[in-house]
Amino acid sequence: MTEPLAKPKRKNPLARMRQPLLPPSARSRKAHELTLAAASGRFMLQCCSECGQYTYPPREACPNCLSSDLRLQDTPTGGVLLSETRIDVTSDPYYREHTPWRTGLVRLDCGPSIVTHLRGDCGGPGNRVVLSLQLDRGGQAVFFAKPIPETPNMEDDLQWLELTADPKHRRVLITDGRSPVAVALAQALKKAGATKIFIGVSDRWKPFNEQKSLESIDGIELVDLDLTNERSVQELAMDIGAKVEILINTADHVRPAHLFDAGAANTARDSIDYMVMGLMRLAQAFGPVMRSRGADGPTGAVAWVNVLSVHGLSNAPQFGVHSAAHAACLSLSQWLRTELRPGGIRVINAFSGPLDTEWFQTVPPPKVAPKALADAIVDGLKCGIEDIYVGDVAKDIEARLFDNPKAVEREAGQ
Amino acid sequence: MSGNILDAFARALASGAVRVIDLTHTLSPDFPVIVMPPELGQSAPFRMERISRYDASGPAWYWNNLSFGEHTGTHFDAPVHWYTGRDLPLNTVDTLPPADMIAPACVIDCSAEAERDADFLLTVAEVTAWEEKHGRIPAQSWVLLRTDWSKKRAAAYANLRADGAHTPGPDAAVMRLLVEERGIIGFGTETIGTDAGQAGHFSPPYPAHHYLHGAGRYGLQCLTNLDQLPPTGAMIVAAPLKIQNGSGSPLRVLALVQERSTG
Ligand SMILES: [Zn+2]
Repeated sequence: MTEPLAKPKRKNPLARMRQPLLPPSARSRKAHELTLAAASGRFMLQCCSECGQYTYPPREACPNCLSSDLRLQDTPTGGVLLSETRIDVTSDPYYREHTPWRTGLVRLDCGPSIVTHLRGDCGGPGNRVVLSLQLDRGGQAVFFAKPIPETPNMEDDLQWLELTADPKHRRVLITDGRSPVAVALAQALKKAGATKIFIGVSDRWKPFNEQKSLESIDGIELVDLDLTNERSVQELAMDIGAKVEILINTADHVRPAHLFDAGAANTARDSIDYMVMGLMRLAQAFGPVMRSRGADGPTGAVAWVNVLSVHGLSNAPQFGVHSAAHAACLSLSQWLRTELRPGGIRVINAFSGPLDTEWFQTVPPPKVAPKALADAIVDGLKCGIEDIYVGDVAKDIEARLFDNPKAVEREAGQ
Repeated sequence: MSGNILDAFARALASGAVRVIDLTHTLSPDFPVIVMPPELGQSAPFRMERISRYDASGPAWYWNNLSFGEHTGTHFDAPVHWYTGRDLPLNTVDTLPPADMIAPACVIDCSAEAERDADFLLTVAEVTAWEEKHGRIPAQSWVLLRTDWSKKRAAAYANLRADGAHTPGPDAAVMRLLVEERGIIGFGTETIGTDAGQAGHFSPPYPAHHYLHGAGRYGLQCLTNLDQLPPTGAMIVAAPLKIQNGSGSPLRVLALVQERSTG
């Protein structure tokens, strides 16, 4: 079994805070096929369309029949541990801080043998394991093996924690308490062991229904935060920036507008100021301090989550402004991901279809319940996923974009 | 007294015989703005983003970019703001006659009533009682409704409930009296609008806007320091920004008050 992760003690103010280090990160373009799979939490390997053989490492042609028709596809995860290696001494600066580090050779039931990171409790050769593809702190895909059956406290394994962004013992900022997801998210984070949840609320003079529900959750603190106001964002970062280990940006601004309506420009300006410029203001205020705290103990700064509309990936004319603003947020989010990578901070995008809320009243089901979105975000943090697709609409659009983005665009306009 | 009025005025200012009172709130991001139902267009709140502050973006100078709606903070309503004033001449802030920017004020103190009842309405009865004490309201003067509402902050100031805002203001009959019979130049309040918070339910809806702007008169709202003004005798300086086709603007509102002792 794994030693449960202890609640971190208060910091010794005389001790130097460690600088974040990253595992070695060079990958070939072909190897990024695995990054694609790992980012969305899927286990995918190349499979030959001619002879059906799975292949690893990624190749240009099938080693069995020489066909060049190798496709990335979902792959059975079971296998047997053939050997294990415990690394106690290494010259790599990142791994030096994380020894002992366990790796092993696993033969997958579907054929290939793979060198993988091992959880501490995988036992010895001959044991059954399941493999997953994970993103390490540098954002690169790595294999990870867990034992079957599961063992106690396995989620607290130190090697596993390096590959995830578990909210346990961490402090979280939810940027918009007026978001329909805020209450469910705060409850899910609390359940996942977050020690403190800051919730930003703008315009405190405007009452809102969820305030009581938020205040009734233990460990919550409502804080002033107006994403349209540079000074407000900066002042909050001055107060609590060094205490935020996970930032979840729930900012959203849904206003239907027709492109040719007289008022559409104002709607677009409001949405873009709130969501796109809001994300920019958050990034400027919270980005630097979070990046610097990436190695601040086992529960240091670890993740930045943006809650995005799946229509940011391809415009839904019914919510054209909303789609355009989310597309801009996605682009900004990719930029932020690069800027936070040196700190080992994961930038996670949770793509959702229309929520089952007032602004999507006229949209037919299926719609996403706020609780489902909240649970998916917390799951994504615990599993270290980078792109989370929540609900049938988002999953459908993801699959169709993978297949044929033009079809998605044309069909959305019908 | 010499024949030069402005010379005498300058001396009165210098000696303190005439005091200048600022009736303006500070323009700041957290000052409440009017809230419309969310599917309607919204007024942008006041926002300020730095261009430079003696830094790499401007080594020796400090300056900011501002954004705000026309009806933000202490602000002026021009006749074109309401549909009733849309066809009048000179109905925008840029065409406002400069002479109208300086006018005397009558201050009606309803602070006690407003403290008892957030939905307090100024009616003909209060105006009649005021005129019995201070004389008939002169034409071309401002009528300022003192409620001390400006002393409230944030949520208490906006006073939004599930059925809308609850703030004091005038009823329809008193607006007709002031505009049509007294010929006032405008009406000013300490609340977010010249109308009461619930005035959407009046007939006609928003009577202050309806009658004032329909007759080419003006509105001032989010005023402060009205408790420092005498019932009569204050002179108001209210010059909105010269915005092309503007329906209103934030502005600095000043009151000139002659100290009684210097007679
Ligand atoms: Zn083959």
